Amino acid sequence: MSNPQQLRYTKEHEWLSAAEDGVATVGITEFAANALGDVVYAQLPEVGSTVTAGETCGELESTKSVSDLYSPVTGEVVAANQDVVDDPSLVNTAPFEGGWLFKVRVAGEPDELLSADEYTAFSAG
Amino acid sequence: MSTAPRLTALDALHRSLGATMTDFAGWDMPLRYASERDEHVAVRTKAGLFDLSHMGEITVTGPQAVELLDHALVGNISTVGVGRARYTMICQEDGGILDDLIVYRLGETEYMVVANASNAQIVLDALVARSEGFDAEVRDDRDAYALIAVQGPESPGILKQLTDADLDGLKYYAGLPGTVAGVPALIARTGYTGEDGFELFLKPEHAEGVWKALTEAGAPVGLIPCGLSCRDTLRLEAGMPLYGHELTTALTPFDAGLGRVVKFEKTTNDGRFVGREALEKAAERAETAPPRKLVGLVAEGRRVPRAGFSVVKDGVVIGEVTSGAPSPTLGKPIAIAYVDAAHAAPGTEGVGVDIRGTHEPYEVVALPFYKRQK
Repeated sequence: MSNPQQLRYTKEHEWLSAAEDGVATVGITEFAANALGDVVYAQLPEVGSTVTAGETCGELESTKSVSDLYSPVTGEVVAANQDVVDDPSLVNTAPFEGGWLFKVRVAGEPDELLSADEYTAFSAG
Repeated sequence: MSTAPRLTALDALHRSLGATMTDFAGWDMPLRYASERDEHVAVRTKAGLFDLSHMGEITVTGPQAVELLDHALVGNISTVGVGRARYTMICQEDGGILDDLIVYRLGETEYMVVANASNAQIVLDALVARSEGFDAEVRDDRDAYALIAVQGPESPGILKQLTDADLDGLKYYAGLPGTVAGVPALIARTGYTGEDGFELFLKPEHAEGVWKALTEAGAPVGLIPCGLSCRDTLRLEAGMPLYGHELTTALTPFDAGLGRVVKFEKTTNDGRFVGREALEKAAERAETAPPRKLVGLVAEGRRVPRAGFSVVKDGVVIGEVTSGAPSPTLGKPIAIAYVDAAHAAPGTEGVGVDIRGTHEPYEVVALPFYKRQK
């Protein structure tokens, strides 16, 4: 699997797009989606709520387990992907595209986001 | 003692197929190959191929083999004909369930007991201990067999291409020796999926050849390899208990709603068997003070109940989930739970499951969730 170069990553296996007009998109990586198995339920942060970098903001449930969703950035949630709420398998089939999870108006980023190459090495290790 | 996981004869094949592996009772087993949902649907609609080599085979032979089994197990093994199989249990003196088992009668005085992987050593030790005084031999055959299951509506057609055995004459819960893909096998019409299907007990060195032959014969009708993950959702939909979840040493078969497997009217050993006194009391208790009942729960929402979650009504805990998963067939989360008898009737209003603090509404239904059309 390949991790898109233009994204940045967390050790909790979230990805973060570059902010456009201050708004960045968040999802989970293909590695995480594969590890979860078929995602059957997604609880995403509510639009208008504030998320904090490194803190839980939702959950993803698969056949076998439930995993907390962490926010890679701090800011206000401006969109949650209703397509994923309606069809959680999008997280498996298109984790970097149609399976994005939420968009956030970035107020602050942690220092330790990984590049694609760093994340590839981390998730392979 | 080594803690390295045990590998089945098909291990290299699983890895070449890209399986996600998981530790299961000390064995490294395939959890899934690609999507567990696709694997589940394949077994319901076409066919699936499973490696179950972790199951524990124990052979019991000798002139008093049946007397030993009638003494050691709760079932009436005397009534099992040659070539037939029986679902039964082995209990402690206090009636607690040590394991649920399938016993195949392979010959006049030869039986094969198949135990769950996690309990195989416990069952073996118990059978050896209980064999004292009987003219019978208990043999650990765990390493003598690989076990491959082909399950699903297409499985008879697939297996027919590879065997001369009379599959049409082979009833559910029966087994006969034959050949599959040119090698000897015990062919049993058993499974744990709620579908028609076969379990093939083979020499480990023959497992890879038979797996490949089944894959080739089944591919045109949609057979795919399947892992333990979909096996769990298949058995859950079919309402089949899983040891460690619905069955434990803390429960007697009567507490588990499976009192029917206990046979007090045995003809051997003057009707005596291990656990008899405790089980008679458990049967009486079940009559006068109904224990918690095993029920099905179907979610109205989409959050999934897991083993150990509380079942609630009007803010009071009335039971506990023993198994839960999203059901691919129903398209909703389902669970098996022990619920106080007063709230166990199908259609009971106002029942919920506490999912991480939120009481999600659930419908109480009779088990199983799914029954195949015959």
